[in-house]
Amino acid sequence: MIKLVDISKFYQTGSVSFAALDKVSLNIEDGELVAIMGPSGSGKSTLMNMIGLLDVPSEGRYFLDGKEVSKLFEDDLSEIRNKKIGFIFQSFNLLPRLNAFENVELPLIYRGMAAAERRTRAEHALEIVGLADRMHHKPTELSGGQQQRVAIARALAGEPPIILADEPTGNLDSQSGVEVMEIVRKLNHSGKTVILITHDMQIAQQAKRIIRIQDGRIVQDEEVA
Amino acid sequence: MGVWQIVKLAVKGIQANKMRSFLTMLGVIIGVAAVIILVSIGAGTSKSVTDRIEGMGSNLISVNMRGSGSSAVLTYEEVMQWKERTGIKGIAPVVNGSVSVKYGSNKYDTSLEGVNDEYREVRNHNVQRGRFIIPADISFRQKVALLGTEVSRQLFGTMNPVGETVKINGINFKVVGLLEEKGSESMGSNDDKVIIPFSTAERLMTSIGVRNVYIQAESPEMVESVVAQIENFLYRKTNDEEAYRVFNQAEMLSTVNQVTGMLTAMLGGIASISLLVGGIGIMNIMLVSVTERTREIGIRKAVGAKRRDILRQFLIEALVVSGTGGIIGITLGIGGSRLLGSLMSIPTEVSLKVMGLAFGFSVLIGIIFGMYPANKAAKLNPIEALRFE
Ligand SMILES: Nc1ncnc2c1ncn2[C@@H]1O[C@H](COP(=O)(O)OP(=O)(O)OP(=O)(O)O)[C@@H](O)[C@H]1O
Ligand SMILES: [Mg+2]
Repeated sequence: MIKLVDISKFYQTGSVSFAALDKVSLNIEDGELVAIMGPSGSGKSTLMNMIGLLDVPSEGRYFLDGKEVSKLFEDDLSEIRNKKIGFIFQSFNLLPRLNAFENVELPLIYRGMAAAERRTRAEHALEIVGLADRMHHKPTELSGGQQQRVAIARALAGEPPIILADEPTGNLDSQSGVEVMEIVRKLNHSGKTVILITHDMQIAQQAKRIIRIQDGRIVQDEEVA
Repeated sequence: MGVWQIVKLAVKGIQANKMRSFLTMLGVIIGVAAVIILVSIGAGTSKSVTDRIEGMGSNLISVNMRGSGSSAVLTYEEVMQWKERTGIKGIAPVVNGSVSVKYGSNKYDTSLEGVNDEYREVRNHNVQRGRFIIPADISFRQKVALLGTEVSRQLFGTMNPVGETVKINGINFKVVGLLEEKGSESMGSNDDKVIIPFSTAERLMTSIGVRNVYIQAESPEMVESVVAQIENFLYRKTNDEEAYRVFNQAEMLSTVNQVTGMLTAMLGGIASISLLVGGIGIMNIMLVSVTERTREIGIRKAVGAKRRDILRQFLIEALVVSGTGGIIGITLGIGGSRLLGSLMSIPTEVSLKVMGLAFGFSVLIGIIFGMYPANKAAKLNPIEALRFE
């Protein structure tokens, strides 16, 4: 369970202090599918990175599965990220020198998993996203949609309970976008908590809950029928 | 993340940027090769000088009379009486001079040594053909001569000179022997000389008395005591410490070794500087690489890499570059020192110690100069790294 209490993030630009997040409080239960919407610069990514433990809050407290994680050191955060969180980025963020399989394997390597188990898990993850036949392709040899599916496979290879997707379809054509969303929905059905940033109302409507942000504040938080 | 995994990754990274990696390595390659070549040439020179000094005869002591006037020289008999002293195995007084040697129409100017039969043993000067000077040659002032290989070459070409007659300063001498080739030493060629009996040389050069004496001690341990006895004798005779000089081979060797050792260290030091420059090259490229791969670092951290994982990755990359450079450098260094050695006819020696040292040094440089960039990479903030374009 994700529980944010009065989380703020300040950025200092010159002498001006700017709040990218302003006392955000939020609870997300296990297995939810949440869409975050809001205008550009409203703080969606900042919130997502906070939830994903890539960023630390300036103020406030963050409890992940009941444990406070807002005051941990970087390496402890890395370990939690590795186990509990899978990221899907708008710009895929695959390592260009590694092939699809090696990219998917990456989180498992940092977990210290043995090679044989890594192999089974990575292959399984690539099967789920329908890319078992593209295992040895480099990112540059894959289409945008395929690259994003590799990224999804990487996010789920370590079987984290939480998947965070920051505009996962933002760089894709509509057909690939539909395919990616299909996979994301399936993941949620299989029990994973999915948090999804999007500008696309159609995509947001596939979620059960939509959170709207503006100027670093939650302005609306509604369940969708 | 396992070390082997990272090494494979590092090799991949190096292959992805072949030209750049090669140029980076080149600094280390040149540095290591230079260290090995220069040190091996230094060591080779030292060894060849040592060999030559030792080749002059073992446990050798040489006495030079430097004063002028008849009181400043020794008599042959006086010198030979030293034989009775303890620790002396052989005594070889020498008369030196410059002569002109003629065979038929061939004429050659060379140096002459008038010696006794003990010279051969004392100076370790062997005969390859014919015989050496014998005591009877001295007693009867025989006009016999031994030729150095250079002299023989000049006068006789490839012909065997033994049995022929040559004119030394216009006087007929019978060639009874050909000396063995010795190679040159710092004091001039050992092969460019003729040897005749001591008594004959005294007449020929119209010199009286002995100015140079070579003495062979019975053992290395006796050298010091013999030197002391001779010095004592000479001081009592001349009352002037400046009138004579007693050299001993061991001292000479240690002086030479000191000088060549210093030279080798200096050469090695200069070469090490180039290795250091190579290290700076590695640091430079690693810093560029860290900047270029900021996003990669962000991605790795996002999926769970810890600081030490990133640190290790970049450090091992630096080590693979410097280590590979080191190995190539050693190979090149061995080849280069062999080539240079044969060109300069120096017996170069690449010792395992120098090889290990050069390799260790290049690896150390990889660690030292890789540490800063690797640490910089490890400390990158994941969010900022991911945002990096
Ligand atoms: N490192 C930083 N320094 C200063 N300001 C920052 C920094 N990172 C983010 N911001 C500011 O924080 C605000 C929120 O940024 P964020 O990336 O969360 O927006 P977003 O809602 O994801 O926008 P978009 O829809 O365009 O992705 C922006 O105004 C941005 O300029
Ligand atoms: Mg954003």
